[in-house]
Amino acid sequence: MHRYATPLGIFLLLAVLLGIGLTLNPREVPSPLIGKPVPAFRTPGLKDPGKQLSNETFRGRVTLLNVWATWCIPCRQEHPVLVGIANRGEAVLFGLNYKDDRKLAIDWLNGLGDPYAMSGFDPQGRAGIELGVYGVPETFIIDADGRIIYKQIGPMDEKTWKSTLLPRVKRLQEARR
Amino acid sequence: MEKHPITQGKAAPGGKTLKPRARIWLAGAAICLISSLAAAQVFEQREFKNPQHEQRYRHLISELRCLVCQNQNLADSNAPLAADLRTIVFDMIQNGKGDDEIREFMVDRYGEFVLYRPPFAAKNVALWAGPFVLLVIGLWLLLRQIHRRAAAPRPAPLSDAERETLQSMLGERPDKNDGARGA
Repeated sequence: MHRYATPLGIFLLLAVLLGIGLTLNPREVPSPLIGKPVPAFRTPGLKDPGKQLSNETFRGRVTLLNVWATWCIPCRQEHPVLVGIANRGEAVLFGLNYKDDRKLAIDWLNGLGDPYAMSGFDPQGRAGIELGVYGVPETFIIDADGRIIYKQIGPMDEKTWKSTLLPRVKRLQEARR
Repeated sequence: MEKHPITQGKAAPGGKTLKPRARIWLAGAAICLISSLAAAQVFEQREFKNPQHEQRYRHLISELRCLVCQNQNLADSNAPLAADLRTIVFDMIQNGKGDDEIREFMVDRYGEFVLYRPPFAAKNVALWAGPFVLLVIGLWLLLRQIHRRAAAPRPAPLSDAERETLQSMLGERPDKNDGARGA
């Protein structure tokens, strides 16, 4: 029995470590921005270029920032979820239209519904780089002090919203009361 | 126009056509050549102020990871984000930013994951030191085993009676086995 203890122990250790490794998603890079203020950026509004969406926009209440584009196929899949969030008034939602065409983007919002309090327009993707965006759609939860609390990479379905993001948003909203 | 037998693809008399093996070698060489050309692909033409800048640019984009195709560096990736990040590296070099500043810019936004050469830090000390620690442990176990074997008493040589028995067993085994099966 004793002579098998060491290889068995090593095997179990490896099995556990590899098992943990299998459950991780290597595409989800932990964002260094979590817990930090929204990085400084400034973009014109999508519908009204006279307005601005900047890191200052997020102060004063709990907000969501959704990075989207019309060329992004998962964004279309995610869009009804965002419309639902806005209709139920669960959170204030801002958009950042990323590396897109203004006309196409406005047509998209007119056709599919506009869940955003406002969308910024970032055709060059510079604001996206400041925010560390690499896989559109991305959704940030931002607290009332303008700090990034959570980042969802990839499309958010109803289930992910209800189970992962909404509880965090609610907790932040309650903490403010 | 006279058609050459090779391009005709048919076996011509006189042995002028390529043998199948030669064709395979040629195809292999062509594949290697094409893939090495692809590896040396440059996506944008850049005008550098001096050769040092160009060298730094090439070095930086080769050791920064593309976040979209995560197993490629910025130099090899044709993802739009990689192109944007290459432009940022280029602009920062042209504006006199140092390599560390550029790396810091990337790490601030995308995390240390963007570095193909992660820095040595307390949290990843196991990663850096692990292989060497394992090597030392392995060497230690090996040496211990060797010493043990050397120290272990050698088995006593066979006595005459044992040798005789062994000889008889080796010599007569087939008969004995047959006998055993018969019984």
